[in-house]
Amino acid sequence: MSIIEVKDLSFTYGINTPFEKKAVDDVNVCFNEGEVIGLIGHTGSGKSTFVQMLNGLIKPTSGQVLLEGKDIWEKPKEIRKIRFKVGMVFQYPEYQLFDETVYKDISFGPRNKGLNENEIDLTVRKAAKFVGLSDKLLNKSPFDLSGGEKRRAAIAGVIAMDPDVLVLDEPTAGLDPKGREVLLAQIMGYHKERKNTIFFVSHSMEDISRIADRVMVMNKGRLEMFDTPKNIFAQVEKIESMGLRVPQITKIITMLRERGYDLTDGVLTVEQAFSEVVNLLKREGVI
Amino acid sequence: MTRDIALGQFIPGKGIIHRMDARVKILLLITYIVLIFCAFNFVSLGIVTASVIAIILISDIPVKMYLKSLKVIIVIILITSILNIFYGSGDPLVQFGIFKITLEGIYRAIFVTVRIICLIFISSCLTFTTSPTDLTDAIERLMKPLKIFHIKVHEIAMMMTIALRFVPTLLEETDKIMSAQKARGADMESGGMIKKIKAMTPVLIPLFVSAFRRAYELAVAMECRCYQGGDGRTRMKVLKINKLDVACILVTVLFLVGVILCNIFFAAKI
Ligand SMILES: Nc1ncnc2c1ncn2[C@@H]1O[C@H](COP(=O)(O)OP(=O)(O)OP(=O)(O)O)[C@@H](O)[C@H]1O
Ligand SMILES: [Mg+2]
Repeated sequence: MSIIEVKDLSFTYGINTPFEKKAVDDVNVCFNEGEVIGLIGHTGSGKSTFVQMLNGLIKPTSGQVLLEGKDIWEKPKEIRKIRFKVGMVFQYPEYQLFDETVYKDISFGPRNKGLNENEIDLTVRKAAKFVGLSDKLLNKSPFDLSGGEKRRAAIAGVIAMDPDVLVLDEPTAGLDPKGREVLLAQIMGYHKERKNTIFFVSHSMEDISRIADRVMVMNKGRLEMFDTPKNIFAQVEKIESMGLRVPQITKIITMLRERGYDLTDGVLTVEQAFSEVVNLLKREGVI
Repeated sequence: MTRDIALGQFIPGKGIIHRMDARVKILLLITYIVLIFCAFNFVSLGIVTASVIAIILISDIPVKMYLKSLKVIIVIILITSILNIFYGSGDPLVQFGIFKITLEGIYRAIFVTVRIICLIFISSCLTFTTSPTDLTDAIERLMKPLKIFHIKVHEIAMMMTIALRFVPTLLEETDKIMSAQKARGADMESGGMIKKIKAMTPVLIPLFVSAFRRAYELAVAMECRCYQGGDGRTRMKVLKINKLDVACILVTVLFLVGVILCNIFFAAKI
């Protein structure tokens, strides 16, 4: 069953001003429950705008977002309820931290949701564990954490609301390679345990190809492609014409194939490529 | 949401007023403010209003933007004009208890309303057509004589530039932080005054933190580029007065004379 259905969705910034700008243009798409969706697109292609419409932070200029079959703007007064169902982690979420301690900050969402103290304590600790924040850090001021720790605290703040759909807008931007790796693994660990739908915006094709079940490609506000990473990244020319690129390892394998090496198409990760090449070498009797 | 505020927002363009020297524009704005308050009867007020409308039309800015700038102060206009209606002396036209409406009161209300609207339009015209940097540059140049009194003109102008520069940035930041907190279920719309103020803490704290961070970073960046105040600093864009400016000054002076003559030759209404 599709958990979110998007119908003819459009959004224009600054309507009736000289700065009018169509950021999302007539998008139609469906997401299944438990899927990991990747969203890629050039800077300014409308990714952030699109995901903010999924939990009603922005009201669409036209079109609908259906959550479990119901239009989220059906009762505008109850839009807050939607925000607990569709959790949203913004680009650079560390700038939203505000409370005295990390613990209190993470508990902001669950408290707004109206949980009691016991439940709050439980969800906060669980969320902190998912993103690897130790108990010692929980009692610190969020302003005394390192950049990466702040990021994780902010993500925990959204996970703590236990949303059915978790939207992450470039969660790994600006982190060091190790930090990215760890955060990505933590998010996937969370997904495996909670089995909810994850929506992942990223500029890293490597990250996307590693975790996404299906990938949306946006260009100038339009949804250009929506398919499995394998099918998407097979269309190198189309992807590159939109100012994007395919994962480097995919490109290398494609080039090797063009030179006549017998490798399978649609290799997305280094691990896959490694076994492919080893198999080839074995077949040819080199090793 | 915060973006809807149109008051004081530069809109790039190539119209006549865009091309004028910012210093001249400021001086002419001051002249116009004097003019608006010098118009004592309907004829002179008519002339001033007509010229303000003319300026709006040649300013290459959509009229909608001007109307938007009125939205913010429409309440003030309404209150002052209603107060004025009841304020006049003379024979009452209508009377309820201690409140009476006189012809003079109605005249007053019309004058006040037209004056405020003209003031807003003409000052919006300056901020719509002049970039903040040009504006502060011009202010700095105009205040230069104050240096004799050991007033730090350059520093004041620099602070104004920076403040103006960061208004949109902070508005954008406020929007972003508000969205982020709303995404965590913050309820900023419902509840009474006190509840609403309380609900703003999760927005204000990150906003202050980031404002201080920006200030600190900016200071470091300025020091790295050897900024050391105004002495011996040259400009990239030198302000220059050209024919267009002279023409505009002449037209304004003509209006000034016209309004003064009208005041003398037609009986003063108020
Ligand atoms: N608050 C706003 N007001 C006006 N225009 C905006 C606003 N936010 C975004 N835009 C414009 O809308 C378009 C889409 O922006 P959006 O932030 O959705 O892009 P994005 O795909 O998330 O880009 P990035 O990869 O850089 O985050 C851009 O052209 C941008 O300039
Ligand atoms: Mg974005």
